[in-house]
Amino acid sequence: MEKAIKRYFPIFVLPTLIAFIIGFIVPFIYGVYLSFCRFTTVTDARFIGLVNYTKIFSDHVFMHAMWFTALFTIVTVILINVLGFFAALLLTKKIRGRNIFRTVFFMPNLIGGIILGYVWMLLLNGVLAQFGRTLTYSSVYGFWGLVILLCWQQIGYMMIIYIAGIQNIPGELMEAAQIDGATSGQILKHVTLPMVMPSITICTFLTLTNGFKLFDQNLALTNGAPSRMSEMLALNIYNTFYGRSGYEGVGQAKAVVFFILVAVIAIVQNRLTRQKEIQQ
Amino acid sequence: MARKTRYGGLLTLIFTLISVAYVYPIALVAVNSFKRKAYISKQPFVLPFGKLYAGVENYIRGIERTGLIQAFGWSLMITVGSVAVILLCTSMLAWYIGRVNTWFTRTMYVMCLFAMIVPFQMVMFTLSKFSNMLRLYTPWGIILVYLGFGAGLSVFMFTGFVKSIPLEIEEAAMIDGCTPVQTFFRVVFPIMKPTCITVAILQAMWIWNDYLLPSLVLDTRKYKTIPIAVQYLKGGYGSVDMGAMMGVLVLSIIPIIIFYLICQKYIIEGVVAGAVKG
Repeated sequence: MEKAIKRYFPIFVLPTLIAFIIGFIVPFIYGVYLSFCRFTTVTDARFIGLVNYTKIFSDHVFMHAMWFTALFTIVTVILINVLGFFAALLLTKKIRGRNIFRTVFFMPNLIGGIILGYVWMLLLNGVLAQFGRTLTYSSVYGFWGLVILLCWQQIGYMMIIYIAGIQNIPGELMEAAQIDGATSGQILKHVTLPMVMPSITICTFLTLTNGFKLFDQNLALTNGAPSRMSEMLALNIYNTFYGRSGYEGVGQAKAVVFFILVAVIAIVQNRLTRQKEIQQ
Repeated sequence: MARKTRYGGLLTLIFTLISVAYVYPIALVAVNSFKRKAYISKQPFVLPFGKLYAGVENYIRGIERTGLIQAFGWSLMITVGSVAVILLCTSMLAWYIGRVNTWFTRTMYVMCLFAMIVPFQMVMFTLSKFSNMLRLYTPWGIILVYLGFGAGLSVFMFTGFVKSIPLEIEEAAMIDGCTPVQTFFRVVFPIMKPTCITVAILQAMWIWNDYLLPSLVLDTRKYKTIPIAVQYLKGGYGSVDMGAMMGVLVLSIIPIIIFYLICQKYIIEGVVAGAVKG
Protein backbone atom coordinates (compact mmCIF):
# COMPACT_ATOMS: atom_id res chain seq x y z
CA MET A 1 0.00 0.00 0.00
CA GLU A 2 2.83 2.37 0.86
CA LYS A 3 4.23 2.06 -2.67
CA ALA A 4 0.85 2.77 -4.24
CA ILE A 5 0.42 5.92 -2.15
CA LYS A 6 3.97 7.05 -2.89
CA ARG A 7 3.22 7.29 -6.60
CA TYR A 8 0.63 9.97 -5.79
CA PHE A 9 3.22 12.24 -4.17
CA PRO A 10 2.40 15.19 -6.50
CA ILE A 11 -1.27 15.16 -5.56
CA PHE A 12 -0.99 14.57 -1.83
CA VAL A 13 2.16 16.44 -0.92
CA LEU A 14 3.06 19.01 -3.52
CA PRO A 15 0.35 21.67 -2.93
CA THR A 16 1.07 22.02 0.79
CA LEU A 17 4.80 21.59 0.29
CA ILE A 18 4.99 24.46 -2.22
CA ALA A 19 2.90 26.72 0.00
CA PHE A 20 4.94 25.71 3.05
CA ILE A 21 8.18 26.55 1.24
CA ILE A 22 6.87 29.93 0.09
CA GLY A 23 4.98 30.79 3.26
CA PHE A 24 7.38 29.47 5.87
CA ILE A 25 10.66 27.75 5.01
CA VAL A 26 12.18 30.32 2.63
CA PRO A 27 11.05 33.37 4.68
CA PHE A 28 12.38 31.74 7.84
CA ILE A 29 15.80 30.77 6.49
CA TYR A 30 16.21 34.01 4.59
CA GLY A 31 15.06 35.87 7.70
CA VAL A 32 17.83 34.30 9.76
CA TYR A 33 20.35 35.20 7.03
CA LEU A 34 19.10 38.79 6.79
CA SER A 35 19.58 39.31 10.51
CA PHE A 36 23.33 39.34 9.74
CA CYS A 37 22.91 41.84 6.90
CA ARG A 38 22.33 45.47 6.18
CA PHE A 39 19.40 45.85 3.79
CA THR A 40 16.30 47.82 2.92
CA THR A 41 14.59 45.10 0.88
CA VAL A 42 15.32 41.42 0.28
CA THR A 43 17.43 41.99 -2.84
CA ASP A 44 20.04 44.45 -1.57
CA ALA A 45 21.38 42.53 1.43
CA ARG A 46 25.03 42.96 2.39
CA PHE A 47 26.60 40.71 5.02
CA ILE A 48 27.79 42.64 8.07
CA GLY A 49 28.08 39.94 10.73
CA LEU A 50 26.82 40.51 14.24
CA VAL A 51 26.46 44.29 14.06
CA ASN A 52 22.66 44.16 14.15
CA TYR A 53 22.70 42.01 17.26
CA THR A 54 25.05 44.30 19.13
CA LYS A 55 22.76 47.23 18.31
CA ILE A 56 19.83 45.47 19.97
CA PHE A 57 21.36 45.49 23.40
CA SER A 58 22.12 49.18 23.34
CA ASP A 59 18.52 49.87 22.29
CA HIS A 60 16.86 51.05 25.49
CA VAL A 61 13.39 51.05 24.01
CA PHE A 62 13.76 47.40 23.09
CA MET A 63 15.08 46.44 26.50
CA HIS A 64 12.18 48.32 28.08
CA ALA A 65 9.75 46.49 25.78
CA MET A 66 11.34 43.21 26.87
CA TRP A 67 10.79 43.89 30.58
CA PHE A 68 7.35 45.30 29.91
CA THR A 69 6.43 42.16 27.98
CA ALA A 70 7.93 39.80 30.55
CA LEU A 71 6.09 41.46 33.42
CA PHE A 72 2.89 41.62 31.39
CA THR A 73 3.15 37.92 30.54
CA ILE A 74 3.72 36.88 34.15
CA VAL A 75 0.78 38.93 35.43
CA THR A 76 -1.63 37.75 32.72
CA VAL A 77 -0.61 34.08 32.94
CA ILE A 78 -1.33 34.05 36.68
CA LEU A 79 -4.54 36.08 36.55
CA ILE A 80 -6.06 34.30 33.55
CA ASN A 81 -5.27 30.82 34.79
CA VAL A 82 -6.35 31.35 38.39
CA LEU A 83 -9.59 33.12 37.44
CA GLY A 84 -10.29 30.75 34.54
CA PHE A 85 -9.75 27.74 36.78
CA PHE A 86 -12.05 28.97 39.55
CA ALA A 87 -14.70 29.98 37.04
CA ALA A 88 -14.49 26.43 35.65
CA LEU A 89 -14.66 24.95 39.14
CA LEU A 90 -17.82 26.89 39.99
CA LEU A 91 -19.44 26.45 36.59
CA THR A 92 -19.13 22.66 36.69
CA LYS A 93 -21.39 22.66 39.76
CA LYS A 94 -25.11 22.50 39.39
CA ILE A 95 -25.88 26.17 39.09
CA ARG A 96 -28.90 27.63 37.42
CA GLY A 97 -27.92 29.34 34.16
CA ARG A 98 -24.38 27.98 33.99
CA ASN A 99 -24.57 27.37 30.25
CA ILE A 100 -25.47 31.01 29.66
CA PHE A 101 -22.54 32.12 31.83
CA ARG A 102 -20.15 29.88 29.91
CA THR A 103 -21.44 31.26 26.61
CA VAL A 104 -20.96 34.85 27.76
CA PHE A 105 -17.45 34.30 29.16
CA PHE A 106 -16.23 32.61 26.01
CA MET A 107 -17.59 35.16 23.57
CA PRO A 108 -14.83 37.86 23.63
CA ASN A 109 -12.42 35.28 22.26
CA LEU A 110 -13.98 35.25 18.86
CA ILE A 111 -13.61 38.98 18.39
CA GLY A 112 -10.33 40.16 16.92
CA GLY A 113 -7.66 41.99 18.91
CA ILE A 114 -7.90 45.19 16.87
CA ILE A 115 -11.64 45.49 17.48
CA LEU A 116 -11.31 44.63 21.17
CA GLY A 117 -8.58 47.22 21.55
CA TYR A 118 -10.86 50.01 20.36
CA VAL A 119 -13.81 48.69 22.39
CA TRP A 120 -11.75 48.92 25.57
CA MET A 121 -10.19 52.21 24.59
CA LEU A 122 -13.64 53.79 24.80
CA LEU A 123 -14.44 52.28 28.19
CA LEU A 124 -11.06 52.76 29.86
CA ASN A 125 -10.61 56.30 28.57
CA GLY A 126 -14.14 57.06 29.73
CA VAL A 127 -13.36 55.82 33.24
CA LEU A 128 -9.95 57.51 33.40
CA ALA A 129 -11.45 60.78 32.18
CA GLN A 130 -13.28 61.02 35.51
CA PHE A 131 -9.84 61.45 37.07
CA GLY A 132 -8.53 63.73 34.34
CA ARG A 133 -6.32 61.03 32.83
CA THR A 134 -6.19 59.01 29.60
CA LEU A 135 -4.76 55.60 28.75
CA THR A 136 -1.74 57.23 27.16
CA TYR A 137 -1.01 59.41 30.21
CA SER A 138 1.55 56.92 31.50
CA SER A 139 2.63 53.40 30.63
CA VAL A 140 1.18 52.16 33.92
CA TYR A 141 -2.34 52.81 32.62
CA GLY A 142 -1.43 51.16 29.32
CA PHE A 143 -0.05 48.16 31.15
CA TRP A 144 -3.09 47.55 33.33
CA GLY A 145 -5.42 48.40 30.47
CA LEU A 146 -3.82 45.65 28.41
CA VAL A 147 -3.94 43.27 31.38
CA ILE A 148 -7.67 43.87 31.86
CA LEU A 149 -8.30 43.52 28.14
CA LEU A 150 -6.39 40.26 27.79
CA CYS A 151 -7.95 38.76 30.93
CA TRP A 152 -11.40 39.65 29.70
CA GLN A 153 -10.63 38.09 26.34
CA GLN A 154 -8.96 34.87 27.44
CA ILE A 155 -10.46 33.82 30.77
CA GLY A 156 -13.39 32.26 28.95
CA TYR A 157 -11.16 30.28 26.60
CA MET A 158 -9.10 28.82 29.42
CA MET A 159 -12.27 28.22 31.45
CA ILE A 160 -13.62 26.03 28.64
CA ILE A 161 -10.43 23.96 28.62
CA TYR A 162 -10.46 23.64 32.42
CA ILE A 163 -14.12 22.64 32.37
CA ALA A 164 -13.29 19.80 29.97
CA GLY A 165 -10.44 18.75 32.26
CA ILE A 166 -12.62 18.78 35.38
CA GLN A 167 -15.39 16.84 33.67
CA ASN A 168 -12.87 14.15 32.72
CA ILE A 169 -12.13 13.35 36.36
CA PRO A 170 -13.79 10.01 37.15
CA GLY A 171 -16.71 10.46 39.55
CA GLU A 172 -15.51 7.55 41.73
CA LEU A 173 -12.41 9.51 42.71
CA MET A 174 -14.50 12.38 44.06
CA GLU A 175 -16.88 10.02 45.83
CA ALA A 176 -14.05 8.03 47.39
CA ALA A 177 -12.47 11.22 48.70
CA GLN A 178 -15.79 12.38 50.11
CA ILE A 179 -16.46 9.06 51.81
CA ASP A 180 -12.99 9.21 53.35
CA GLY A 181 -14.04 12.52 54.86
CA ALA A 182 -11.94 14.90 52.77
CA THR A 183 -12.99 18.53 52.97
CA SER A 184 -13.65 20.41 49.74
CA GLY A 185 -10.29 22.17 50.16
CA GLN A 186 -8.50 18.82 50.42
CA ILE A 187 -10.37 17.45 47.42
CA LEU A 188 -9.32 20.49 45.40
CA LYS A 189 -5.68 20.12 46.41
CA HIS A 190 -5.25 16.34 46.26
CA VAL A 191 -7.76 15.23 43.63
CA THR A 192 -8.88 18.01 41.30
CA LEU A 193 -5.60 19.87 40.83
CA PRO A 194 -3.43 16.80 40.08
CA MET A 195 -6.10 15.43 37.75
CA VAL A 196 -6.40 18.60 35.67
CA MET A 197 -2.62 19.00 35.35
CA PRO A 198 -2.75 18.32 31.57
CA SER A 199 -5.20 21.22 31.19
CA ILE A 200 -2.92 23.42 33.28
CA THR A 201 -0.01 22.55 30.98
CA ILE A 202 -2.00 23.56 27.91
CA CYS A 203 -3.49 26.70 29.41
CA THR A 204 -0.20 28.02 30.78
CA PHE A 205 1.37 27.33 27.40
CA LEU A 206 -1.37 29.18 25.54
CA THR A 207 -1.44 32.15 27.92
CA LEU A 208 2.36 32.39 27.98
CA THR A 209 2.72 32.49 24.21
CA ASN A 210 -0.36 34.70 23.72
CA GLY A 211 0.92 37.21 26.26
CA PHE A 212 4.41 37.22 24.86
CA LYS A 213 3.32 37.57 21.25
CA LEU A 214 0.57 40.12 21.88
CA PHE A 215 0.37 42.60 19.02
CA ASP A 216 -3.10 43.61 17.80
CA GLN A 217 -4.42 44.69 21.21
CA ASN A 218 -1.25 46.65 21.90
CA LEU A 219 -1.48 48.40 18.53
CA ALA A 220 -5.14 49.33 18.95
CA LEU A 221 -5.26 50.21 22.65
CA THR A 222 -2.16 52.35 23.16
CA ASN A 223 0.06 51.97 20.06
CA GLY A 224 2.99 52.21 22.44
CA ALA A 225 2.07 55.65 23.79
CA PRO A 226 3.34 57.57 25.69
CA SER A 227 6.61 57.77 23.74
CA ARG A 228 6.89 53.99 23.16
CA MET A 229 6.72 53.24 26.89
CA SER A 230 3.79 50.82 26.59
CA GLU A 231 5.25 49.12 23.55
CA MET A 232 5.55 45.33 23.75
CA LEU A 233 8.11 43.19 21.91
CA ALA A 234 6.03 42.35 18.85
CA LEU A 235 5.05 45.98 18.30
CA ASN A 236 8.62 47.11 18.92
CA ILE A 237 9.85 44.76 16.18
CA TYR A 238 7.14 45.98 13.83
CA ASN A 239 8.06 49.62 14.47
CA THR A 240 11.75 48.88 13.98
CA PHE A 241 11.02 47.42 10.54
CA TYR A 242 8.52 49.94 9.32
CA GLY A 243 9.09 52.92 11.59
CA ARG A 244 12.32 54.27 10.15
CA SER A 245 14.35 53.13 7.20
CA GLY A 246 17.85 51.76 7.66
CA TYR A 247 16.89 49.67 10.69
CA GLU A 248 15.45 46.67 8.84
CA GLY A 249 18.49 44.57 9.80
CA VAL A 250 18.11 45.43 13.47
CA GLY A 251 14.41 44.59 13.22
CA GLN A 252 15.21 41.20 11.75
CA ALA A 253 17.82 40.53 14.45
CA LYS A 254 15.22 41.46 17.09
CA ALA A 255 12.82 39.05 15.41
CA VAL A 256 15.37 36.23 15.70
CA VAL A 257 15.91 37.03 19.39
CA PHE A 258 12.13 37.13 19.84
CA PHE A 259 11.77 33.73 18.16
CA ILE A 260 14.47 32.20 20.36
CA LEU A 261 12.80 33.61 23.49
CA VAL A 262 9.41 32.22 22.50
CA ALA A 263 10.92 28.83 21.66
CA VAL A 264 12.87 28.62 24.93
CA ILE A 265 9.84 29.64 27.00
CA ALA A 266 7.64 27.11 25.20
CA ILE A 267 10.11 24.26 25.69
CA VAL A 268 10.96 25.03 29.33
CA GLN A 269 7.31 25.50 30.26
CA ASN A 270 6.40 22.22 28.63
CA ARG A 271 9.14 20.31 30.49
CA LEU A 272 8.24 21.84 33.85
CA THR A 273 4.52 21.22 33.86
CA ARG A 274 4.66 17.85 32.11
CA GLN A 275 6.79 16.56 34.99
CA LYS A 276 3.93 17.31 37.35
CA GLU A 277 1.39 15.38 35.32
CA ILE A 278 0.50 12.04 36.83
CA GLN A 279 0.62 8.85 34.83
CA GLN A 280 -2.78 7.34 34.29
CA MET B 1 -21.90 14.66 40.89
CA ALA B 2 -25.47 14.40 41.99
CA ARG B 3 -25.25 16.28 45.24
CA LYS B 4 -26.92 19.62 45.37
CA THR B 5 -24.72 22.68 45.38
CA ARG B 6 -24.83 24.84 48.45
CA TYR B 7 -25.26 28.55 47.86
CA GLY B 8 -26.50 27.77 44.32
CA GLY B 9 -28.75 30.81 44.27
CA LEU B 10 -26.02 33.11 45.51
CA LEU B 11 -23.58 31.84 42.88
CA THR B 12 -26.17 32.38 40.15
CA LEU B 13 -26.59 35.95 41.34
CA ILE B 14 -22.84 36.60 41.42
CA PHE B 15 -22.28 35.10 37.98
CA THR B 16 -25.19 37.07 36.59
CA LEU B 17 -23.53 40.28 37.77
CA ILE B 18 -20.17 39.22 36.31
CA SER B 19 -21.85 38.33 33.01
CA VAL B 20 -23.45 41.76 32.84
CA ALA B 21 -20.04 43.32 33.49
CA TYR B 22 -18.63 41.08 30.75
CA VAL B 23 -21.06 42.28 28.13
CA TYR B 24 -20.85 45.89 29.30
CA PRO B 25 -17.87 47.06 27.15
CA ILE B 26 -19.60 45.91 23.99
CA ALA B 27 -22.95 47.32 25.07
CA LEU B 28 -21.23 50.62 25.77
CA VAL B 29 -19.89 50.74 22.22
CA ALA B 30 -23.34 49.90 20.87
CA VAL B 31 -24.89 52.73 22.91
CA ASN B 32 -22.26 55.22 21.81
CA SER B 33 -22.67 54.29 18.17
CA PHE B 34 -25.95 56.26 18.23
CA LYS B 35 -24.35 59.37 19.68
CA ARG B 36 -23.05 62.42 17.86
CA LYS B 37 -19.30 62.02 17.49
CA ALA B 38 -18.41 65.13 19.49
CA TYR B 39 -20.03 63.66 22.61
CA ILE B 40 -18.60 60.14 22.48
CA SER B 41 -15.22 60.78 24.08
CA LYS B 42 -16.55 63.47 26.43
CA GLN B 43 -19.64 61.68 27.72
CA PRO B 44 -19.28 57.97 27.00
CA PHE B 45 -21.56 56.93 29.88
CA VAL B 46 -24.51 59.12 28.97
CA LEU B 47 -27.38 57.60 27.03
CA PRO B 48 -27.87 59.02 23.51
CA PHE B 49 -31.04 61.08 23.98
CA GLY B 50 -31.93 64.59 22.91
CA LYS B 51 -29.15 66.52 21.23
CA LEU B 52 -26.73 63.61 21.69
CA TYR B 53 -28.75 61.28 19.47
CA ALA B 54 -27.30 60.85 16.00
CA GLY B 55 -29.50 58.16 14.46
CA VAL B 56 -27.63 55.87 12.10
CA GLU B 57 -25.36 58.54 10.65
CA ASN B 58 -22.30 57.05 12.37
CA TYR B 59 -22.98 53.75 10.68
CA ILE B 60 -23.39 55.33 7.27
CA ARG B 61 -20.22 57.40 7.64
CA GLY B 62 -18.31 54.41 8.99
CA ILE B 63 -19.32 52.21 6.08
CA GLU B 64 -18.51 54.91 3.54
CA ARG B 65 -15.12 55.81 4.97
CA THR B 66 -13.84 52.25 5.40
CA GLY B 67 -15.60 50.35 2.63
CA LEU B 68 -16.80 47.99 5.33
CA ILE B 69 -19.23 46.09 3.10
CA GLN B 70 -16.47 45.17 0.65
CA ALA B 71 -14.16 44.44 3.59
CA PHE B 72 -16.74 42.01 4.93
CA GLY B 73 -16.85 40.33 1.53
CA TRP B 74 -13.06 40.01 1.30
CA SER B 75 -12.80 38.77 4.90
CA LEU B 76 -15.43 36.15 4.18
CA MET B 77 -13.83 35.10 0.92
CA ILE B 78 -10.32 34.90 2.36
CA THR B 79 -11.43 33.03 5.49
CA VAL B 80 -13.69 30.52 3.73
CA GLY B 81 -11.22 30.03 0.88
CA SER B 82 -8.20 29.59 3.16
CA VAL B 83 -9.97 27.23 5.53
CA ALA B 84 -11.26 25.08 2.64
CA VAL B 85 -7.82 24.92 1.01
CA ILE B 86 -6.10 24.24 4.34
CA LEU B 87 -8.52 21.42 5.18
CA LEU B 88 -8.15 19.75 1.80
CA CYS B 89 -4.41 20.11 1.30
CA THR B 90 -3.16 19.49 4.83
CA SER B 91 -5.41 16.48 5.42
CA MET B 92 -4.02 14.91 2.23
CA LEU B 93 -0.46 15.64 3.31
CA ALA B 94 -1.17 14.33 6.81
CA TRP B 95 -2.49 11.04 5.42
CA TYR B 96 0.61 10.71 3.25
CA ILE B 97 2.84 11.42 6.26
CA GLY B 98 0.93 8.90 8.37
CA ARG B 99 1.07 6.13 5.78
CA VAL B 100 4.42 6.57 4.05
CA ASN B 101 7.43 6.30 6.32
CA THR B 102 10.49 7.85 4.70
CA TRP B 103 13.07 10.46 5.74
CA PHE B 104 11.06 13.00 3.76
CA THR B 105 7.79 12.48 5.63
CA ARG B 106 9.56 12.43 8.98
CA THR B 107 11.36 15.69 8.17
CA MET B 108 8.15 17.25 6.93
CA TYR B 109 6.39 16.37 10.19
CA VAL B 110 9.18 17.82 12.32
CA MET B 111 9.16 20.98 10.19
CA CYS B 112 5.43 21.36 10.83
CA LEU B 113 5.93 21.03 14.59
CA PHE B 114 8.71 23.60 14.36
CA ALA B 115 6.53 26.01 12.38
CA MET B 116 3.99 25.98 15.20
CA ILE B 117 6.27 27.79 17.65
CA VAL B 118 7.73 30.35 15.26
CA PRO B 119 6.15 33.77 15.88
CA PHE B 120 4.95 35.68 12.85
CA GLN B 121 7.41 38.55 13.46
CA MET B 122 10.21 36.15 12.57
CA VAL B 123 9.06 35.79 8.96
CA MET B 124 7.05 39.02 8.75
CA PHE B 125 9.43 41.06 6.61
CA THR B 126 10.71 38.36 4.28
CA LEU B 127 7.28 36.81 3.80
CA SER B 128 5.71 40.14 2.86
CA LYS B 129 8.53 40.91 0.40
CA PHE B 130 8.51 37.46 -1.19
CA SER B 131 4.75 37.32 -1.51
CA ASN B 132 4.92 40.73 -3.14
CA MET B 133 7.51 39.50 -5.63
CA LEU B 134 5.35 36.45 -6.38
CA ARG B 135 2.30 38.72 -6.83
CA LEU B 136 0.38 37.04 -4.02
CA TYR B 137 -1.09 40.36 -2.89
CA THR B 138 -4.63 39.47 -4.00
CA PRO B 139 -7.23 37.72 -1.85
CA TRP B 140 -6.60 34.61 -3.98
CA GLY B 141 -2.86 34.80 -3.49
CA ILE B 142 -3.10 35.24 0.25
CA ILE B 143 -4.90 31.90 0.48
CA LEU B 144 -1.62 30.27 -0.58
CA VAL B 145 0.23 32.24 2.11
CA TYR B 146 -2.25 31.13 4.76
CA LEU B 147 -1.90 27.53 3.60
CA GLY B 148 1.86 27.80 3.99
CA PHE B 149 1.99 29.63 7.29
CA GLY B 150 -0.98 27.77 8.82
CA ALA B 151 0.04 24.29 7.67
CA GLY B 152 1.94 23.43 10.85
CA LEU B 153 -0.95 23.14 13.30
CA SER B 154 -3.30 21.50 10.78
CA VAL B 155 -0.82 18.87 9.63
CA PHE B 156 0.03 18.11 13.25
CA MET B 157 -3.61 17.62 14.22
CA PHE B 158 -4.55 15.60 11.15
CA THR B 159 -1.47 13.36 11.45
CA GLY B 160 -2.37 12.60 15.05
CA PHE B 161 -5.78 11.49 13.87
CA VAL B 162 -4.52 9.48 10.89
CA LYS B 163 -2.39 7.36 13.22
CA SER B 164 -5.55 6.29 15.06
CA ILE B 165 -7.37 5.11 11.92
CA PRO B 166 -7.03 1.32 11.49
CA LEU B 167 -5.09 0.37 8.35
CA GLU B 168 -7.49 -2.47 7.49
CA ILE B 169 -10.22 -0.11 6.29
CA GLU B 170 -7.92 1.47 3.73
CA GLU B 171 -6.41 -1.86 2.70
CA ALA B 172 -9.87 -3.23 2.05
CA ALA B 173 -10.68 -0.25 -0.15
CA MET B 174 -7.43 -0.63 -2.09
CA ILE B 175 -7.94 -4.37 -2.59
CA ASP B 176 -11.40 -3.61 -3.95
CA GLY B 177 -9.67 -1.56 -6.62
CA CYS B 178 -9.62 1.99 -5.27
CA THR B 179 -6.69 4.18 -6.20
CA PRO B 180 -5.09 6.05 -3.29
CA VAL B 181 -6.95 9.20 -4.32
CA GLN B 182 -10.28 7.38 -4.29
CA THR B 183 -9.40 5.71 -1.00
CA PHE B 184 -8.62 9.05 0.54
CA PHE B 185 -11.76 10.85 -0.59
CA ARG B 186 -14.23 7.99 -0.14
CA VAL B 187 -12.87 6.35 2.99
CA VAL B 188 -10.33 8.42 4.92
CA PHE B 189 -11.65 11.95 4.49
CA PRO B 190 -15.18 11.14 5.78
CA ILE B 191 -13.66 9.52 8.89
CA MET B 192 -11.66 12.69 9.53
CA LYS B 193 -14.76 14.84 9.90
CA PRO B 194 -14.38 15.61 13.65
CA THR B 195 -10.77 16.73 13.18
CA CYS B 196 -11.84 18.76 10.14
CA ILE B 197 -14.31 20.68 12.30
CA THR B 198 -11.66 21.36 14.95
CA VAL B 199 -9.08 22.52 12.42
CA ALA B 200 -11.66 24.60 10.55
CA ILE B 201 -12.74 26.42 13.73
CA LEU B 202 -9.24 27.13 14.99
CA GLN B 203 -8.06 28.36 11.59
CA ALA B 204 -11.21 30.39 10.91
CA MET B 205 -10.94 32.16 14.30
CA TRP B 206 -7.35 33.04 13.52
CA ILE B 207 -7.73 34.06 9.86
CA TRP B 208 -10.93 36.09 10.29
CA ASN B 209 -9.35 38.21 13.04
CA ASP B 210 -5.82 38.34 11.66
CA TYR B 211 -4.61 41.86 11.11
CA LEU B 212 -0.86 41.85 10.62
CA LEU B 213 -0.41 39.23 7.91
CA PRO B 214 -3.05 40.55 5.49
CA SER B 215 -2.05 44.17 6.16
CA LEU B 216 1.49 43.35 5.04
CA VAL B 217 0.70 40.90 2.23
CA LEU B 218 -2.45 42.31 0.64
CA ASP B 219 -2.56 45.34 -1.60
CA THR B 220 -4.58 47.24 1.01
CA ARG B 221 -5.58 50.05 -1.35
CA LYS B 222 -7.70 47.55 -3.25
CA TYR B 223 -8.46 44.86 -0.70
CA LYS B 224 -9.21 45.46 2.97
CA THR B 225 -10.28 42.84 5.47
CA ILE B 226 -12.40 43.86 8.47
CA PRO B 227 -9.51 44.35 10.95
CA ILE B 228 -7.65 46.39 8.30
CA ALA B 229 -10.75 48.52 7.71
CA VAL B 230 -11.09 49.19 11.45
CA GLN B 231 -7.44 50.10 11.84
CA TYR B 232 -7.67 52.25 8.70
CA LEU B 233 -10.08 54.56 10.54
CA LYS B 234 -7.36 55.36 13.03
CA GLY B 235 -5.19 56.51 10.14
CA GLY B 236 -2.11 58.72 10.54
CA TYR B 237 -1.78 61.07 13.48
CA GLY B 238 -5.03 62.98 13.10
CA SER B 239 -7.87 62.62 15.56
CA VAL B 240 -10.03 59.53 15.21
CA ASP B 241 -13.63 59.91 14.06
CA MET B 242 -15.10 58.20 17.12
CA GLY B 243 -18.60 58.13 15.65
CA ALA B 244 -17.58 56.21 12.55
CA MET B 245 -15.36 54.02 14.75
CA MET B 246 -18.27 53.02 17.01
CA GLY B 247 -20.46 52.20 14.03
CA VAL B 248 -17.76 50.09 12.40
CA LEU B 249 -17.00 48.26 15.66
CA VAL B 250 -20.65 47.33 16.17
CA LEU B 251 -21.00 46.18 12.58
CA SER B 252 -17.89 44.01 12.83
CA ILE B 253 -18.95 42.42 16.11
CA ILE B 254 -22.54 41.57 15.12
CA PRO B 255 -21.72 38.87 12.52
CA ILE B 256 -19.31 37.20 14.95
CA ILE B 257 -21.93 37.02 17.70
CA ILE B 258 -24.56 35.64 15.32
CA PHE B 259 -22.12 33.03 14.04
CA TYR B 260 -21.12 32.15 17.59
CA LEU B 261 -24.70 31.68 18.77
CA ILE B 262 -25.49 29.41 15.81
CA CYS B 263 -22.33 27.28 15.93
CA GLN B 264 -21.60 27.51 19.65
CA LYS B 265 -21.54 23.76 20.21
CA TYR B 266 -19.01 23.12 17.44
CA ILE B 267 -16.84 26.07 18.40
CA ILE B 268 -16.51 25.00 22.02
CA GLU B 269 -15.93 21.35 21.09
CA GLY B 270 -13.38 22.44 18.53
CA VAL B 271 -11.49 24.56 21.02
CA VAL B 272 -11.41 21.75 23.58
CA ALA B 273 -10.31 19.13 21.03
CA GLY B 274 -7.69 21.50 19.66
CA ALA B 275 -6.32 22.21 23.12
CA VAL B 276 -6.07 18.55 24.06
CA LYS B 277 -4.00 17.75 20.99
CA GLY B 278 -2.03 20.96 20.92
